[in-house]
Amino acid sequence: MAEIVVETTNLTKKYDGFTAVDGLNLHIEEGEIFGFLGPNGAGKTTTLLMLLGLTEPTSGTAQVCGHNPTREPLKVKRLVGYLPEKVGFYEDLTARQNLRYTAELNHLPGREAEEKITDLLTTVGLSKVANQEVRKLSRGMKQRLGIADILVKEPKLAFFDEPTSGIDPEGIGDILNIIAKMAKRGITVIFCSHQLPQVQKICTRVGILAKGRFVAEGPLDRLGRQTLGGGRYRIEIQVSQPTAKLIEFIKGIKGVIDVTVSPESLLVTCDTDLRSQIARTIVDAGGSLLGMKIEEYSLEKIYKKYFRED
Amino acid sequence: MYAVFRKELADHFNSRRFMILFLLALLAAVFAIYVAIQNIRSVVTADTEFIFLKIFTTSGETLPSFLFFISLFIAIIGIALGFDAISSERVSGNLSRLLSQPIYRDAVINGKFLAGLTVLGIIVASLVAIVSGLGLRTIGVPPNSEEVLRLIVFVLISIIYGAFWMALSVLFSVFFNRAATSMLASIGLWIFFAFFMSMIAGAIANARVPIDTNSSLEMITQNVQIAGAIGRISPATLYGEATAALLVPELGSLNPAMMLISTYIAGRMLTPLPFSQSLLLVWPQLVSVVALAAICFAVSYIKFMREEIRSI
Ligand SMILES: Nc1ncnc2c1ncn2[C@@H]1O[C@H](COP(=O)(O)OP(=O)(O)OP(=O)(O)O)[C@@H](O)[C@H]1O
Ligand SMILES: [Mg+2]
Repeated sequence: MAEIVVETTNLTKKYDGFTAVDGLNLHIEEGEIFGFLGPNGAGKTTTLLMLLGLTEPTSGTAQVCGHNPTREPLKVKRLVGYLPEKVGFYEDLTARQNLRYTAELNHLPGREAEEKITDLLTTVGLSKVANQEVRKLSRGMKQRLGIADILVKEPKLAFFDEPTSGIDPEGIGDILNIIAKMAKRGITVIFCSHQLPQVQKICTRVGILAKGRFVAEGPLDRLGRQTLGGGRYRIEIQVSQPTAKLIEFIKGIKGVIDVTVSPESLLVTCDTDLRSQIARTIVDAGGSLLGMKIEEYSLEKIYKKYFRED
Repeated sequence: MYAVFRKELADHFNSRRFMILFLLALLAAVFAIYVAIQNIRSVVTADTEFIFLKIFTTSGETLPSFLFFISLFIAIIGIALGFDAISSERVSGNLSRLLSQPIYRDAVINGKFLAGLTVLGIIVASLVAIVSGLGLRTIGVPPNSEEVLRLIVFVLISIIYGAFWMALSVLFSVFFNRAATSMLASIGLWIFFAFFMSMIAGAIANARVPIDTNSSLEMITQNVQIAGAIGRISPATLYGEATAALLVPELGSLNPAMMLISTYIAGRMLTPLPFSQSLLLVWPQLVSVVALAAICFAVSYIKFMREEIRSI
């Protein structure tokens, strides 16, 4: 089992009577990209601040890599990179100087840091403006610089609070790639965003927050099945000749609930993921399988479903 | 903390603010020494022991001395170096980023404060050096060793006094997000302490012990004593007394009543105090200013250490 890097128990934050985060229980394992969703004011940023020790929980506890962010802030901050919602830099310093300062604060040796900064500026597409003062950079460029700023300290864990706001479409692709790559290197990521397709693209698991509580939490396919598919798998099959006999065979597989026939395909509803059994059945019955796809649920639909019910 | 200190110091030296402050202070110093040289003949007599110090304390009939100028400028420089220390980080969105790096929060305040202190020290020391140099060239009398000692202590006390105003403005920068608010609050307090405090002290003293031209010496003494005690709430008064004791050794005592009596009775200043006595005299003033700065610091810490850091 992978190591648990973030764990909270009944984490709560109240602002004079108003509960921003309400008894949150969060478990995030190493290497995950966790999508943190929820409408404005749901408490996403507040949760991140508590995980970083930038604000104190009213009650409940948080553990980040085994450390308490309030009591051992330095240990946590050494391991965590944070890109705030509205990232800012020293406007009079150049992009490179800003990153250099971050490197220095993280006690990175000078030579190594220089090379790394050059690499990172290239990675985020800022090598051309590396020596320009930050005041002369566009908003999207600053956002990109923020991503480089996280990577300078080589975090074990990275919190992105709406990292793609203000970034051009091509840049969004780049940034999602960077984040996905970080996860491949074993960095755990919490990704707060309102851009559902982006979350769907890279996140292994999502949590949807409303009024400080999780209304849903889990891997996307499972959430989709639960909310949209009535808890069932739906498999779409294309065969060369959908004969009645073949359909009977499929219906005979243990766990298959229903098969509906449409001109182009068969739609099989079942309790568990029966793709391999279905394929075998079709081949055994002498049919030829042209294609098979398990239904994917769009995060957009899942998300809307939760907030329509309210 | 060292990294923060280094960056802030570099920022100061590259900033326009530093250039402007330094130029202003320089202009004031040159002007003050011009005044002193014009008037120094009238205050120096054959038995004046500390001629060199007179460069710093001699004023014209209407024009003020270097001591007066520097007491104003130090407060302004202190305020200018601190009033947006924390708020600028917060408003620019740097604070969230900075405090998610592995540094303690107090390192940010400490680093910034020390960098400001260094700048302040450099400005004050170079001003005194420039004035000394110009004075030496024009009056041609070198300072004796006691004068040098007194000037060094004067520089130190001036830095401490500036540090108080910086600590106060840093405190406001922790509380107010708008730099303008923080600056106004600091300057307002400074104007109050430097200019209104003595008036208020006088008014209260007159209300308690009314005096007129035929009041007894006892009454006058009482009145002056009350005014003096109230005036000492103000760090500006404390600094004024401390520098006076150092640079005007003939003063003899800092107790306003004693000073009054001695001039009343003797009709002249006392003979100069030795250096060690002067030091003893300024000690309480010094401790008070340090304590005031420490209070400002403590309040900044208490507010800043536990507050929520959210990008705004
Ligand atoms: N300092 C504060 N005092 C009082 N209430 C606050 C404070 N900061 C935040 N809140 C409230 O806490 C709630 C949660 O805020 P938070 O910033 O965590 O939301 P969010 O999920 O990040 O929203 P968004 O998507 O807009 O970024 C909001 O309702 C907000 O009004
Ligand atoms: Mg937010």
